[in-house]
Amino acid sequence: MTGVRVLVGTAKGGFIIESDGKRSDWKVEGPLFGGWEVYHMAGSPADPSRLYASQSTGWFGQVIQRSDDGGRSWAPVGNQFLYDGDTGTHLWYDGTPRPWQFARVWHLEPSADDPDSVYAGVEDAALFQTTDGGANWSELPGLRTHRSGPSWQPGAGGMAVHTILIDPARPEQMHVAISAAGVFRSDDSGATWRPANKGLRSGGIPDEDAEVGHCVHRIARHPARPDVLFMQKHWDVMRSDDGGDSWYEISGDLPTDFGFPIAVHAHEPDTVYVVPITSDSEHYPPDARLRVYRSRTGGGEWEPLTAGLPQQNCYVNVLRDAMAVDGLDPCGVYFGTTGGQVYASADAGDTWQPIVRDLPRVLSVEVQARP
Amino acid sequence: MTCVIRVVLPHHLRNLAGVSHEVRLAVDDDAGPATQAAVMDALETAYPPLRGTIRDPATMRRRPFIRFYAGGDDLSHDPPEAPLPDPVLAGAEPFCVVGAMAGG
Repeated sequence: MTGVRVLVGTAKGGFIIESDGKRSDWKVEGPLFGGWEVYHMAGSPADPSRLYASQSTGWFGQVIQRSDDGGRSWAPVGNQFLYDGDTGTHLWYDGTPRPWQFARVWHLEPSADDPDSVYAGVEDAALFQTTDGGANWSELPGLRTHRSGPSWQPGAGGMAVHTILIDPARPEQMHVAISAAGVFRSDDSGATWRPANKGLRSGGIPDEDAEVGHCVHRIARHPARPDVLFMQKHWDVMRSDDGGDSWYEISGDLPTDFGFPIAVHAHEPDTVYVVPITSDSEHYPPDARLRVYRSRTGGGEWEPLTAGLPQQNCYVNVLRDAMAVDGLDPCGVYFGTTGGQVYASADAGDTWQPIVRDLPRVLSVEVQARP
Repeated sequence: MTCVIRVVLPHHLRNLAGVSHEVRLAVDDDAGPATQAAVMDALETAYPPLRGTIRDPATMRRRPFIRFYAGGDDLSHDPPEAPLPDPVLAGAEPFCVVGAMAGG
């Protein structure tokens, strides 16, 4: 592969959008798995031709697809996600205990060095792993069976592991984020976990600084500086300098600190991107103007990025897994909207162009790049 | 002995199985007339990508938005071990797996 391959999951199928390194002309292919929800597509860092896709519907359940040729052909692999042992219960919306029940895979996180090894974050919240290219999936039950598990509750979109971060230098260190339980950290490759939510304050829960129960929308970090984590929470943009042991707010001068995605520049660990939306009850941009906000100071001070983005009558949202950066220089930034547009910037956010319009609701965006 | 059961799949499952029309499954009937469960077992064996798409893999029960029809009757709520209707066993009628009308 040369250039850039953007993997777009939507509510009605997957799309692959490719360009050369200039990132100005784009070719759109799809839909893959038309009519199915594609929550996430991801490529292996160790083998860019190896792709995985999470395909599901309310009718037919979960399918995992795998490509060994960069998306030209696909084949279903294993789709058995069975919780390990006693499933136990978590809290339902009405406060009653409810047995864990698998619904779908929200996020796939391939290993940095083994194309056959992938983690899967699922709803109801749990972490699974394959080491044979997706043929078989087994749960890492230490997360779901954490002592706080019976108190976890779903957010409006369900209760899912939606973010998986693996320290490339110390792969035994992992972070996951769960809506609406919060961040959990493992230092033993996922065998055991501890909450990592100190410093978070959430007005929507009875104990605002509880150990768990926070609606963390997304966490991100630069791979070269793994102890610095950035978070977009239900409200508040947060930062940790100690691997999630403590957090402090960096919302600063954002027009609103509600949003879903957060991403870090590929080459500048202190350059961070968010897409603020109006509020928890108005999931569209303030003033109907789509603005990405960039901080070059690791948070606190933010600048709006608007060139090429709609600045009137815009009422889309950007979902938590729908923003990504490439590794080219200058860094490319990409995001997809609930209105079906995918925007790209080949200059770290200074200017934007829609690389496709009118797709179904965009659920996820990932990027593979090779200089 | 075996009987041949004709199965009609919905669009998405035909794509997943890589078939364009109804499928024909040889189902063992030595122990008695073929059942829904035996047809599902044979279907998943012949087309492994369909595993988990009609029956929940944790419970092996029909997914909520799947229906089973044959000969103008709704068999969805029949026990999985109930014998299939004679016209289905004889190959005169297909066993239809249907995605319920719901959603957008």
